[in-house]
Amino acid sequence: MDLSTINPLVLIASLMVAATPILLAALGELVVEKAGVLNLGVEGMMITGAICGFAIAVETQSPALGFLAAMAGAALLSLIFGVLTQILLANQVATGLALTLFGLGLSALLGQGYNGLKPPPTGKLDLGPLGDVPVLGKVLFSHDMIVYVSLALVVAVWAMLRYTRLGLILRAVGENHDAAHALGYKVVRIRLAAITFGGACAGLGGAYLSLVRVPQWTDGMTAGAGWIALAIVVFASWKPGRALLGAYLFGGVTVLQLNLQAAGLAVPVQYLSMSPYLITILVLVIMSADRGRAALSAPACLGRVFHASS
Amino acid sequence: MTTLLTIEGLTKAYPGVVANSDVSFAIAEGEVHALLGENGAGKSTLVKMIYGLVKPDSGRMILHGHPYEPAEPRAARAAGVAMVFQHFSLFDALNVAENISLGMESPPPRRQLAARIREVSDAYGLPLDPDRTVGELSAGERQRVEIIRCLLQDPKLLIMDEPTSVLTPQEVEILFRTLRKLSSEGTAILYISHKLEEIRTLCDSATILRRGKVVDSCNPREKSAAELAELMVGSKLQTPSRPGATPGEIVLDVAGLSVRSASAFGTSLRDVTFTVRAGEILGIGGVAGNGQDELLAALSGEAQARAGSIRLRGTPIGALGPNQRRRIAILAAPEERLGHAAAPDMSLTENALLTGAIREGLTTRGFLKWPAARAFAERVITAFDVRTPGPANAARSLSGGNLQKFVIGREVLQRPEVLVVNQPTWGVDAAAAAAIRQALLDLAENGAAVVVISQDLDELMEISDRFAALNEGRLSPPRPARGLTMEEIGLMMGGAHDMETPHVDA
Repeated sequence: MDLSTINPLVLIASLMVAATPILLAALGELVVEKAGVLNLGVEGMMITGAICGFAIAVETQSPALGFLAAMAGAALLSLIFGVLTQILLANQVATGLALTLFGLGLSALLGQGYNGLKPPPTGKLDLGPLGDVPVLGKVLFSHDMIVYVSLALVVAVWAMLRYTRLGLILRAVGENHDAAHALGYKVVRIRLAAITFGGACAGLGGAYLSLVRVPQWTDGMTAGAGWIALAIVVFASWKPGRALLGAYLFGGVTVLQLNLQAAGLAVPVQYLSMSPYLITILVLVIMSADRGRAALSAPACLGRVFHASS
Repeated sequence: MTTLLTIEGLTKAYPGVVANSDVSFAIAEGEVHALLGENGAGKSTLVKMIYGLVKPDSGRMILHGHPYEPAEPRAARAAGVAMVFQHFSLFDALNVAENISLGMESPPPRRQLAARIREVSDAYGLPLDPDRTVGELSAGERQRVEIIRCLLQDPKLLIMDEPTSVLTPQEVEILFRTLRKLSSEGTAILYISHKLEEIRTLCDSATILRRGKVVDSCNPREKSAAELAELMVGSKLQTPSRPGATPGEIVLDVAGLSVRSASAFGTSLRDVTFTVRAGEILGIGGVAGNGQDELLAALSGEAQARAGSIRLRGTPIGALGPNQRRRIAILAAPEERLGHAAAPDMSLTENALLTGAIREGLTTRGFLKWPAARAFAERVITAFDVRTPGPANAARSLSGGNLQKFVIGREVLQRPEVLVVNQPTWGVDAAAAAAIRQALLDLAENGAAVVVISQDLDELMEISDRFAALNEGRLSPPRPARGLTMEEIGLMMGGAHDMETPHVDA
């Protein structure tokens, strides 16, 4: 085994790429859950975004259009969930699971004929002199647009929830929808907006997988990333900063274990493959171990059906 | 006085029931106007129409001489109508300032809002810290949040829906002082309550609703509480009677009972000590959220405690679960009817089975005895006059009062030695409440030990032999109920929770 083949700088740079899809999906789901909706269809929305983005990027040869199409496609899919659960009052858990299965099937259908194609390359963002800074330039300032978008989104979601009226209303709806309704807030409309935002984020994350991270299309290529994003939201206690930590931890361990496999570490591959899931969950469980505090940040109306009775 | 709000012929029907039929009355500026009626008389629907939550089918409202048709609460607030809800419309996980800001149209920036909250709360003697999380506040403090939320908008009409049901007597007095100050400043108050004595001390006029119709209006100060009650119910009320019995030996002995609350915002029990004798009713008062749910859970076996902290005739039972306790005749009826005391979507027969299976022998070797279960449910229905087409109906389909009669009856008919009930008549109309209280008295008369946890002090004074109060999870030493004054009770309940008297300048 030769550990010297692992370059820590390359490792950090590639963990950011590996973590971005999960981070985007987790941020979207965080907003959805803060509004009191439990959408278990993240996996389905991600993979739908992955194929929508891939197909449009291949057809138009424009990655940017691909990312936009991915957001639109997944947002549309999430609206199915929104209409079913918010207007027709369907059970959120069952509908979310169905959305995942539907998304997986739909993406396989849409993906017919796209197997094995190469998407147009997504350009690195030119940050000018920053990219030339030794060490840091290579690690932090030589990524594509979407990586920075995801980081900006962490800050934006955090600030939105904490400092804006919109964030306050969103949290209020998730905390006590009956009270929010009694005060005259449009619970269903706010939740639909949150669900659509969550769908767009998941779609963007999915497209990042198929256009940048892999980059090609194969059926079921999200491989559980949506579920990890869901777990990260819960164990991050619905805090954007912790979601970033969780996603980067997962990305980091994923990249590290791939490197270790390549370096020929004498541990069965299966154990290495499961390590990102185990370590991420373990760390976040320990962080959210204080039950009282975790319960405080959980939206009290999460997953409950809202029906304006009067 | 000039008229502020006139209501003419308001009608609202829901499928199968007319909630309000041709309701008319007027409120003058600065008037404290009571809206009286039993549960289901249509009070809530009426105020929801005034607050813009419900649209009337016909009729009209006139505010300040202009037609007033609020399409949503926002419009009502803009017109100067504010409302304090019966079940607080607060967000537990948010802080006081955030809660208040959510109820305002265009809230000022955070720091200014916090300053305004301090200013207004001091002026009305209702101190509040804007940065505290609402989930940690007492019921009285939570109500202050609601009131201040309304006051910040400078309302012309303040609607209060059952505001005193969760307050200690001292807190009620402070609230009334605040309301009188408001009224002297010209704010009209529409006050909904079924506590007749309060209405007699506070209100200038009263409109009485029965089955959605205005049946009378009067000056409540000129009527006795009994007369008002008759107007509400439409017939003479039977007050429960109790022959003076001598209590027997100690049945239930609770000593040093401490239980951690299962919920994040609950109150843990600390060193609770009391005894109940056979044939005795122990009343436990206290403001909601001071450990009532936890005490019921500890006594029913839902929450387990140290074995020796609860004894039945000397045998330690603290570590037994609910079914083991049922077997030795300790039964309980929790507060929440739908979801805790009864499974909403199951039939009355199934609900009867759920707690009655052991003592009534409704199962054999794991199989259900349906005919016996049905017969038991029917016995409860007849004995307690539960109005329902039959035992096959879902628990959810019963009205609150009828379901409560069923829930209490189901336990009473299982011949308990110890019965623990929490809020036995919450949201139940006067006639059903009287029946339930009579059933509890009869049960004690036949030698059972009864623990009644309630926030209705009048009820506790009416039926209990001894009285104790829960305050932040601690129980005051029980005292004989006869001869206790409201002041003493208030002090047992923890006084006024650091409230100040308002600095009234008016």
